[in-house]
Amino acid sequence: MSKNNTASSSEAVGQKIWPLWEVFIRAKNGLSHRHAGSVHAADAKMALEAARDTYTRRMEGVSLWVVPSAAIVASDPGDAAELFEPAADKVYRHPTFYVIPENIKNI
Amino acid sequence: MADTALFDYACRLGDDSLILGQRLSEWCGHAPMLEVDLSLANVGLDLIGQATHFLKLAGEAEGKGRDEDKLAFHRDVLDFKNCLLVEQPNGDFAQTIARQFLFSNWQELLLRELCKSTNATVAAVAQKAVKEVAYHARLANEWMVRLGDGTAESRDRLVNGLDWMWRFSDELFEADAAIEPLIASGVACDARKLRPEWDVRIARVLKDATLERPKARRATVGGRKGHHSEHLGHLLTEMQFLQRAYPDAKW
Repeated sequence: MSKNNTASSSEAVGQKIWPLWEVFIRAKNGLSHRHAGSVHAADAKMALEAARDTYTRRMEGVSLWVVPSAAIVASDPGDAAELFEPAADKVYRHPTFYVIPENIKNI
Repeated sequence: MADTALFDYACRLGDDSLILGQRLSEWCGHAPMLEVDLSLANVGLDLIGQATHFLKLAGEAEGKGRDEDKLAFHRDVLDFKNCLLVEQPNGDFAQTIARQFLFSNWQELLLRELCKSTNATVAAVAQKAVKEVAYHARLANEWMVRLGDGTAESRDRLVNGLDWMWRFSDELFEADAAIEPLIASGVACDARKLRPEWDVRIARVLKDATLERPKARRATVGGRKGHHSEHLGHLLTEMQFLQRAYPDAKW
């Protein structure tokens, strides 16, 4: 199924399975889009409407992105040791020696 | 003082939304996909919200102390003023979309005009509702194209659904003596004037959906006078059950 992410995919239609789309919502202007979840839809336009109906019913956002799930390239959990662990002992990369003013949000 | 013309008109507006909202709620838990289930329920809830406002206005115009709940749950079938289109059974998903397509495109044009109503409440409700309905029309229009230009099965189902619903579309553009005074005073919209733009919108979507305009047939009308199909009685039986069994129950 992951190969089929367009409406023209006769295989997906034949199996009555719609492709999966990842949904990203911008909560308000100035913030970045954040992953909210996923929806099934036959094509990009319908994915946007399904995302609107599924994830923005309670004023969650001002902008939506949908991306075919199949277009996302993910890191291999098995590579976690070499990808992420080397950062563990490099405390000097954290800006923890600064005091962040209380009125600064979203950092 | 009772304003019977406004009572009648507000009931028409409210009943259209109420009955269609109730119909759409029947899909809850039964739609083909979770996403579709949510979108139909959203549309239904928007409509029931509109009905609440319009029926509240109706109760105030009538001046007999009936509120929106009394009007929704304690009226019998002959007193409902909705158009026949909205009480038609859901059928399959394609038939539901055909009904929504015809209705929402009309309702959006109607509400756009009612934003200019000389009655402040009608105008305020219309201004809120017109945004909701613009989305309903958009959703229905997109589905029309997906189903009409989809598989042989989806197309067949949509053609059949549209053929059934089409006969109820002329009623949307009626204006009768009961509301003429309201049209004259700028409270109501003359629905006859909405037809040309509706025809253009419908034609554009049908073209994208690769569908023919259904054959004209003798229009089925009567809803505005309370002459309904048998379907409405069954719908009310379910919708009003609790209030009939336990009048004025609260929870």
